[in-house]
Amino acid sequence: MSKNLFSQTEALIFDKSRPGHKAYFLPEMSIEKLDKYRVIPSHLIRRTEADLPEVSEIDVVRHFTHLSSKNFGVDTGFYPLGSCTMKYNPKLNENTARLPGFSWLHPYQPVETVQGALQLMYLLQVSLAEITGMDKVTLQPAAGAHGELTGIKIIKAYHDSRGDSKRTKIIVPDSAHGTNPATATMAGFQVIEIKSSPEGDIDLEALKAVVGDDTAGLMLTNPSTLGLFERNIKAIAEIIHGAGGLLYYDGANTNAIMGITRPGDMGFDVVHVNLHKTFSTPHGGGGPGSGPVGVKEFLAKFLPIPTVEYVDYKDKYKFNYDVPETIGRMKSFYGNFPVIVRAYTYIRALGADGLKKSSEYAVLNANYLKKLVGKHLSVEAPDRFCMHEFICTPKNIQETGVHTLDIAKRMIDYGYHPPTIYFPLIVEEAMMIEPTETEGIETLQDFAEVVGAIVTECKTYPEMVKTAPHTTYVKRLDEVKAAREPNLRYRKPIVV
Amino acid sequence: MNYIPVTELEKEAMLKEIGISSIDELFRDIPEELRFKGDLKLPKGLSEYETRKALIKLAKKNTDMNQLANFMGAGAYNHYVPTLVDHLLSRSEFYTAYTPYQPEISQGTLQNIYEFQTIICELFGMDVSNASVYDGATAVAEAMVMACDKKKNEIIISKGLHKEYRETVETYANGMGFTVKYAELEDGITPVDAYEAQATDATAAYVVMYPNFYGCIEDIQKIAEAAHARKALMIVSVSDLSAMGILEAPGNLGADIVVGDGMPFAGPLSFSGPNIGLIATTDKLARRLPGRICGMTVDTEGKRGFVLTMQAREQHIRRAKASSNICSNQALYALANNITLSTLGKYGLKEMAENTLTNAHYCRDRLLEIDGVEMLYDQPFYSEFAVKLPIPARVLQKHLLKSEILGPVDMGIFEKELSNVGLFFVSEIRSKDDMDRLALAMEVIINEQKFI
Ligand SMILES: Cc1ncc(COP(=O)(O)O)c(C=O)c1O
Repeated sequence: MSKNLFSQTEALIFDKSRPGHKAYFLPEMSIEKLDKYRVIPSHLIRRTEADLPEVSEIDVVRHFTHLSSKNFGVDTGFYPLGSCTMKYNPKLNENTARLPGFSWLHPYQPVETVQGALQLMYLLQVSLAEITGMDKVTLQPAAGAHGELTGIKIIKAYHDSRGDSKRTKIIVPDSAHGTNPATATMAGFQVIEIKSSPEGDIDLEALKAVVGDDTAGLMLTNPSTLGLFERNIKAIAEIIHGAGGLLYYDGANTNAIMGITRPGDMGFDVVHVNLHKTFSTPHGGGGPGSGPVGVKEFLAKFLPIPTVEYVDYKDKYKFNYDVPETIGRMKSFYGNFPVIVRAYTYIRALGADGLKKSSEYAVLNANYLKKLVGKHLSVEAPDRFCMHEFICTPKNIQETGVHTLDIAKRMIDYGYHPPTIYFPLIVEEAMMIEPTETEGIETLQDFAEVVGAIVTECKTYPEMVKTAPHTTYVKRLDEVKAAREPNLRYRKPIVV
Repeated sequence: MNYIPVTELEKEAMLKEIGISSIDELFRDIPEELRFKGDLKLPKGLSEYETRKALIKLAKKNTDMNQLANFMGAGAYNHYVPTLVDHLLSRSEFYTAYTPYQPEISQGTLQNIYEFQTIICELFGMDVSNASVYDGATAVAEAMVMACDKKKNEIIISKGLHKEYRETVETYANGMGFTVKYAELEDGITPVDAYEAQATDATAAYVVMYPNFYGCIEDIQKIAEAAHARKALMIVSVSDLSAMGILEAPGNLGADIVVGDGMPFAGPLSFSGPNIGLIATTDKLARRLPGRICGMTVDTEGKRGFVLTMQAREQHIRRAKASSNICSNQALYALANNITLSTLGKYGLKEMAENTLTNAHYCRDRLLEIDGVEMLYDQPFYSEFAVKLPIPARVLQKHLLKSEILGPVDMGIFEKELSNVGLFFVSEIRSKDDMDRLALAMEVIINEQKFI
């Protein structure tokens, strides 16, 4: 029987289970096995085993190899997922993260035995401080949103330390990523959403109308989620600081600005960057990420514990748990260390020149692609240069009745991962395209050509687009059914 | 070096198409006074070969566990992880993808999440699991957020919860208006009375670690009964995940939310960070879960497939009212957990746990033969036990390193008054020889040090 692997549904690993099959070999015991009933109270002993599959090694390897073939990564093809910076993930970084001297360390090893790891963390902290124009950095946050929570808590701690307890509000533009308002709520703030101009700039008048002595701070993404540099940034900083609030910088879009401009110099007090975006670490199918936070000197005393410090007179590195007004701890241990090693490797390889050039070419690629795609679709802010990403919409072909979702799905048939869609919320039918600097001119040209071809299809044969994708092994999936009749785990069929 | 494929010539063509003559013009929206002048103060870039050398040099400054017999646990448990795991994780279709926003080309990631959710539910005896949160500590914090609301806004946590987990929960609680109270330990475990003494009408949940931070196996059934009698939820934080091969699933003992950390099955411990927060609950509480959840559905042709589902809880839809702010999670380690646990299977996990139990008890018996070494608490334990030492744990640690032994964890770093307490972790990978060597070396060190 011949099978086409790529069109075939992959059975669940549980369905492949056969009694007696095994794939594990544990070290032989030379001690007599202990009777568990002698040492553990019987009601706390497991009565039935967790029903894990019984499979052989080759079954496991084939199962996950097949699953991988049903996935699309940056290595598969162009992945212009806006706001996510899906740049190439250097293979070198995979190797350095796996060096035994980094990977086989226990978090509680004596510090003398992990000096290299601490030094690496310290050097990354210093590098990120330099890139963002901040004074001190913590690597503890496990992702961007976790960095946001860390940063907003630092802002809260600052106001609290001054006895300024009436500052209960965080201002967030309506163009912000969902994690911004969600974070402000988790930190105990009330979220004040303000409207952005159609180009995604902060409306200064709207901002002035909401700031006051209850303003704890503003969370801002710059370049904005429309991929544009906020031209009024200095005025915004003055308004917020003038009212006694602090400025939080969502650094998801740092890939546009390395060596070109720095959040610290723009007046921001707290910044997070995403190592899994700007600093090339792989996204892992959804994580791990890493969201280091940088602060200005006056906020350093609130950083989460432990911090990593260099002890000058001993030429040694250490963890410091003595941070007088720390917000506390954000997670166990110290951060996503393997991600930290990859990001450090990247910065070490590129140096100042390479980083700046990366940002320049990220912006060049985006503007070039904007120009080409703009021949087929409406682009937002057509008269401005975008930064590392831009937004387009099918407004110009509205009459075809084809939506952004359809176009995105059709792109899959042509071998691309679709852009981010329906974000930011303030642009209807948004398609957010971020090519990154690691793509070549031909990829950009081919992609734009495909956009043109799809637009032609929209006009001549819209059904083709509306029912896409056609070439994948599953077609559009029923999300309503998934939500209404949740099936969230496998259960063994009951045999009667 | 850099990873930019565009040549100078191509760049010129691109600039021409855009209608400008230099890249610099693209940045004209940035006010001049904000333009960064000069070069970032970073070391000069290196070639690939030189970078690798530089990183190898840093790595060499560390003493890695491969050269040692490890007896450290305390939240980072070193068990056997099959070789195939890293090979499969390294398939770049997995690791260079992101969150499966486009299910048609992400079925690999999605089916993995579905299988992972199933395995976590099986281990914990629960109905529903999510696709992961950051780590075990934030998982407890997220469980607190699930349990608490405006009226029921306090939780009571056993002092036997990992110190760093407690600190994390406090950080999260502070600001959300939740109160964290503590139930004190008595002889190493948390008596029901310790919770009851703190409980009020505002108590939303009791939290306990299983086995706890000192290695002791808590009777979570009794605690769960007491919580339920108070109309509070029972949150169980599983410490060493491999314990689920031997200990009754918390779900079968009354837990409403079970959390843990899949670090032992994610690969080498890597100092910190191959953590993966596990969180599972009952059908009733499913819609309060944080983060991504994967569900099975069908496509337009009736073929089985998977999607992210119940997204109305999440930040990208609910924004300020979301159940959590989490977006990126620890997906790659969910894949690792699925692969490891599928490889171990039903009987492998059981054998791993039983061998661990056997080894840990053998090791305990050997150490207790040493003069002046005593158990801190005399309670049932699984893979970890705390012993009182006649010398500071830190000193013992330092000298054991000379015998290529790593451990024990110095409990003095968590509680000053416990500086003479060492926490030993023993798993199925420690040989009898490792443990005999430990006992011997310890005896010598203690005898020497006692007289200094
Ligand atoms: C603008 C912006 N802010 C915040 C985040 C959250 O980052 P993370 O997913 O690492 O938590 C994202 C991620 O997609 C983002 O694009």
